[in-house]
Amino acid sequence: MSTATEARVAEVRPALPRVAAGLALGLLVLVPLLVSSNVADMLTRVLAFALLAIGLDLLAGVGGLPSLGQAAPFGVGAYAAALLGKHVTTVGPVQLVAAAVAGAALAAAVGWLLVRSRGTYFLMLTLAVGEIVHELADRWEGVTGGSNGLAGVPAITLWPGGAPVRLAGVLYWYVLAAVLVCAGALWVVSRSAFGRTLRGVRDNEERMRSLGYRTFLPKYAVFCIAGAAAGAAGSLWVTQARFVSPADLGFEVSAMALLAVVIGGRGSLWGAALGAALVVLVREELSPQLGGRGPLVLGLVFVAAVYLLPRGFAGTRLRPGRRRPGPVDGPGGPPDPPDPPGDHPGGPPDPPGAR
Amino acid sequence: MPAWLGDNLVTIVDGVAFGVLLFTIAVGLSLVFGIMDVLNLAHGALYLVGAYLAVQFVGDGQAGPGAYLLAGLAAVAVGAAAGAGLAALTRPLAGRGHLDQALLTLGVALVVGDLLSARFGNDVQSVAPPAFLAGSVSLAGRTYPSYRLAVIVAGLLLAVAVFLLIERSRFGALVRATVADAPMVRAMGVDTGRLVVAVFAFGVVLACLGGVLGAPVLGAYPGLDERVLILGLVVVVLGGLGSVSGAFLGAMVIGQVEVLGVSLLPQYASFLVFGTMAVVLLARPAGMLGRAGKPG
Repeated sequence: MSTATEARVAEVRPALPRVAAGLALGLLVLVPLLVSSNVADMLTRVLAFALLAIGLDLLAGVGGLPSLGQAAPFGVGAYAAALLGKHVTTVGPVQLVAAAVAGAALAAAVGWLLVRSRGTYFLMLTLAVGEIVHELADRWEGVTGGSNGLAGVPAITLWPGGAPVRLAGVLYWYVLAAVLVCAGALWVVSRSAFGRTLRGVRDNEERMRSLGYRTFLPKYAVFCIAGAAAGAAGSLWVTQARFVSPADLGFEVSAMALLAVVIGGRGSLWGAALGAALVVLVREELSPQLGGRGPLVLGLVFVAAVYLLPRGFAGTRLRPGRRRPGPVDGPGGPPDPPDPPGDHPGGPPDPPGAR
Repeated sequence: MPAWLGDNLVTIVDGVAFGVLLFTIAVGLSLVFGIMDVLNLAHGALYLVGAYLAVQFVGDGQAGPGAYLLAGLAAVAVGAAAGAGLAALTRPLAGRGHLDQALLTLGVALVVGDLLSARFGNDVQSVAPPAFLAGSVSLAGRTYPSYRLAVIVAGLLLAVAVFLLIERSRFGALVRATVADAPMVRAMGVDTGRLVVAVFAFGVVLACLGGVLGAPVLGAYPGLDERVLILGLVVVVLGGLGSVSGAFLGAMVIGQVEVLGVSLLPQYASFLVFGTMAVVLLARPAGMLGRAGKPG
């Protein structure tokens, strides 16, 4: 390969992911103009679920803390938004922030204990927390409406005194904007020095500790950040569905979020969003066509994903070669690619490289 | 105090019966985790398989002990096959981390649960106890179903048998050695692969038998799998992973918390289980009888 070609490749490489990200973003913005309102509604739910998955990816993929109870902060955020909407304010951004705070508060309350555990213990404990919050939503009828849930959540307004947003397309744009802001914040976190500390803790906690890091604090912080993201996602889910019931914070939601992360490829964030889209599409579109055998299909997708996509979309290279060996038994799966200057969350991972 | 005890004795005994059933789940979870490092989330679904086997063979009418024996034998056969199958499924994932194994078994749990509800419907199915245990006995001046006492006796016998097998037999010594240091056991010339399959099958057989045993008490319905799985996990966390006596102690505690606690403090039901777990974990991060240094 001549030096001239190498120089050209080096120039093109950083641009490619940006172009792809730009195209994807453009397409996402244009969606309401191209599809029916039913599809726009479903894509709105996909976006909300994607935010949940991205937050979980930060926790599980970057932080090495795979949670099976992420439906708990998601549900707390959803109920917070629904209660605010019914009784206090219909202003969407206020609900969003309040739900994020509620999700973070729950994470802060239980995380103090949970993040001291690792691996399977962490999975079990988060699962237990998720179930308890689910049961609470089911039983605390005075506030949550019991198993009937809270129906008739009013449509949001964008600012105090504004008109209620009822058009599916406009709602989609609002949710898209909110998800982009939150996901952007999560991406900044994952790229910051804090994010690098997290990767270090994930890959070798003992070494980080012997280097002088207090490993509890970054783990606790990322648990709370993921809780906030899940809370925000819950509020956006309610913004679209305008209904919340204990089924929205069941075990299946946690499991689906984790599946989205695994399908997408751990630690890349954008992969989790893709995985979320796939999971929601399978559940909402494919299952009814198969006669309501949703759990069956979902279960088969779980099994298939584990065997066929060990590294997820983000880790699957089209061309073999330069496959990083990596530690196989890392709690968070394969390590992240080294950060090239142009690696971008919205685009494909950096190509196998110029040789 | 005696008056309080008299009032609640029936509830306490109920809690023991529930705890015994939890033990059948938890011991399998605990051993499989200890020996293979696999969190088997399909365990609850296999308990439910056992419960539905009882529905299939016994049903709601009066049945003789023969039907129960048949259901029990079926549970052993199905459980052994399912356990070996799960061991084969999780084998290729060894070394890929806990998350992949958890997701795989979760997928299996979803598939099994859905197939069961397709076959048996979504209603609660009840199972009649065997005719000779259908009556009730007097317990501190109150009537109490004799079947639940039989469950306690059977469960305790099962617990003793498991304890003797794991803690006193040669097989158990190999299992415990593999939990402690698998490469070393392999280096001594033991085929840990077969051992793993055996333990997996053993754990699943216990869960299926638990399902048969518990069917006349808890019934069988979609969602029961999740409930017993979660409580089983809590028991395992409480007792300490890989420890049979820990699983038993944890099951007794959670049985009381679930039954007595809910009866005394219904408002705080959701928090009781988690509260117990939080307190134990704060005091002993490796569980009540777990060894420090192997916290999973």
